[in-house]
Amino acid sequence: MSSNSSILGDFLRGLGGATFFLITILRALPGALLRPRLILQQLYYVGVMSLIIIVISGTFVGWILALQGFRTLTTFGATSALGVFVAATVIREMAPVVTALLFAGRAGSALAAEIGLMKATDQLSGMEMMAVDPIKRVIAPRFIAVLISLPLLTAIFAVMAIGRAGGHLIGVDLLGVDQGTYWGQIHAQIKLHDVIESIIKSACFGVVIGWISVYQGYFAAPTSEGVSRATTSTVVMSSLTVVGLDFVLTAFMFR
Amino acid sequence: MQSRALEILVGFFVCIGVAAVFVLTFRVASQDHVGSGAVYEVTAKFDNIGALTRGAAVKMAGVKIGAVKGISIDPKTFQAVVAIDIDKDRSDIPLDSTAKIMTAGLLGEQYIGLEPGGDDQSLQNGSEIKFTQSAFILENIIGQVLVSMTQKGKDSDSPAPAPAPASAPAAKAVPAK
Repeated sequence: MSSNSSILGDFLRGLGGATFFLITILRALPGALLRPRLILQQLYYVGVMSLIIIVISGTFVGWILALQGFRTLTTFGATSALGVFVAATVIREMAPVVTALLFAGRAGSALAAEIGLMKATDQLSGMEMMAVDPIKRVIAPRFIAVLISLPLLTAIFAVMAIGRAGGHLIGVDLLGVDQGTYWGQIHAQIKLHDVIESIIKSACFGVVIGWISVYQGYFAAPTSEGVSRATTSTVVMSSLTVVGLDFVLTAFMFR
Repeated sequence: MQSRALEILVGFFVCIGVAAVFVLTFRVASQDHVGSGAVYEVTAKFDNIGALTRGAAVKMAGVKIGAVKGISIDPKTFQAVVAIDIDKDRSDIPLDSTAKIMTAGLLGEQYIGLEPGGDDQSLQNGSEIKFTQSAFILENIIGQVLVSMTQKGKDSDSPAPAPAPASAPAAKAVPAK
């Protein structure tokens, strides 16, 4: 009973602390924007380095959806809808969610480990000694970089999955769906608001992943075990939050 | 030198990211609004709208000129009242045009097809399309065909006179198409 309440208490304390931390980051954002060089560097580590995994998995997801969708649609004699099947699935769900999950594994964990190690090796307290605010100098640029990268990566994922190298390659070139039908069905069914909502989704996921990873890193126990735990819980918590949040956002948007 | 390479890579990343957003917006998605976005609203009453939904396309000669804004039911006549938004650029549609509920393909989604009449006056904001044709309900047609076939079967079994009752529902079924 008492252990139950202490788990709940720990959870609430962690959530409260994380919320205060988010507010601190948001307050530091305008100052961080004045230092584009730091953001640029983080964009490289967070965005450019994630590009390859996103491009490759986007292509494969497009292939898988085309193959699987073709099989299902053949049952109904509706293979002409293959294009819109792939595009709707990718734009509405697959691109934001899979990109966010991969991104949490690729970039979120790296951020948490880096910040955690900075803390374990007293770099953060060293900055404070030199009157440099580590939130402004270390945390905020990384947070902004995550926020910028994730929507862009999501769009790249979606284009790779739907486009010439992805679903189109399998659907049109391998399974013989007419190219005009493929694109015509997509144009007829996918509306601008689908794309906008997909990008809004990925921006929300960006906030969540950025927040969780810098929080986990910043408040990691300054030991090797603490850093490893921070890395693990970043990936676990980000993935769970992304999936849960996706359900809520989908319920809001696509009714 | 190293920072220059970094800047180039980040620039490249942002470029293809933005390009991907543009591709999604302009090549994959169709725009939500037709034309300038300004619309005027007309209504049409149908006996049966089938599977017509809010947001369904309104087409003239196959070209999209508007969308279904809302669907309600007339409390007196029990007809479906469909509110239609038509693009303001298409403001010279004759008043006696016909609205038909059509189906894209055999089992595709339903849309409203407008066929222009010959009236000098044109549809205004708030005017009603008088001539309408209800949705093509597959079950009804199949039912009519089945009825007419069983009637025909009975006729050939018993070569009794009076084929009139058999031909009456069949004749009704054909112009319904």
